[in-house]
Amino acid sequence: MSLHPSISLNKAFESRIRLGIMSMLMVEDWIDFNTIKEELDATDGNLASHIATLEKLEYLEVNKSFVGKKPLTTYKITALGRNEFNRHLDALEKLLRGRH
Amino acid sequence: MEYQNELQAIHDIRRIMNKQTRFLSLSGLAGVFAGSYALIGAYIAYRMIEVNNYLDHPHDLSVKERFLVEPKVMYFILADAMMVLALSVITGIFFTWRKAKKENARVFDKTGRRALYHFAVPLATGGIFCLALLYWKAYVLLAPATLIFYGLAVFQASKYTFEEVGYMGLLQIALGLIGIFQPGYGLILWSLGFGVVHILYGLILWNKYDRKPA
Repeated sequence: MSLHPSISLNKAFESRIRLGIMSMLMVEDWIDFNTIKEELDATDGNLASHIATLEKLEYLEVNKSFVGKKPLTTYKITALGRNEFNRHLDALEKLLRGRH
Repeated sequence: MEYQNELQAIHDIRRIMNKQTRFLSLSGLAGVFAGSYALIGAYIAYRMIEVNNYLDHPHDLSVKERFLVEPKVMYFILADAMMVLALSVITGIFFTWRKAKKENARVFDKTGRRALYHFAVPLATGGIFCLALLYWKAYVLLAPATLIFYGLAVFQASKYTFEEVGYMGLLQIALGLIGIFQPGYGLILWSLGFGVVHILYGLILWNKYDRKPA
């Protein structure tokens, strides 16, 4: 069985962690690292590398600040990221619908 | 299956988005208990009114007459209502805390705080409004006003928790609106709203979300 040619799944969202990060950022402004880590049950290093990938693609923006002396890094989805994620969701939907 | 990954992906996305925007630790049992307290409280108030009106008008006991509240019993009924409220809040917090613990969630995470905030604004407005009704001795509007503002608060907060809660809010508002035009039926409507509707929706929520499938 071959995939329909018009369906363009975004490779960047194939990883479960990256998909999770984007899902969280779709519905919430500025989420911090630890919240994402707890929700997705990821390790520090693993999550950091996935976030770096998404940042490089400019799907999310990063804000570094301090709460007292503790650094706090928060993330927000970019317009490009939102677009790409929506396209990915559309593609998933089409793919599953095409089954029938 | 080829599509297993895609299905799993959509399932994950939906779960995460839901968890991120909705407060899901609310327990149906809280509603059942709050409703029961309300019914007990309403019964106590009813007996109090009945006794008082009997002493005042021993020969006229039409139903409507019996539900008319005299100012002097008002403070007793207020104390009664406050007890119901306090017990409901304490029980509600307890069950919510217990459910959150079971699900390994924090009660006042971002969604919990947001739901509470949207609940509190209409409710606090209603509280002040009811104080004004007391001040102006407009007792007849008290019961409907509590129903209306509570209904609005619940309706507002429902966007951040289970959908069903929104219908419950609409029902409370409807009962309150009926009450404005039907003076004398305040206590009955109040028992229906805070008592019966709470128990009903509590059971619905409990059955749908709390009960573990066997």
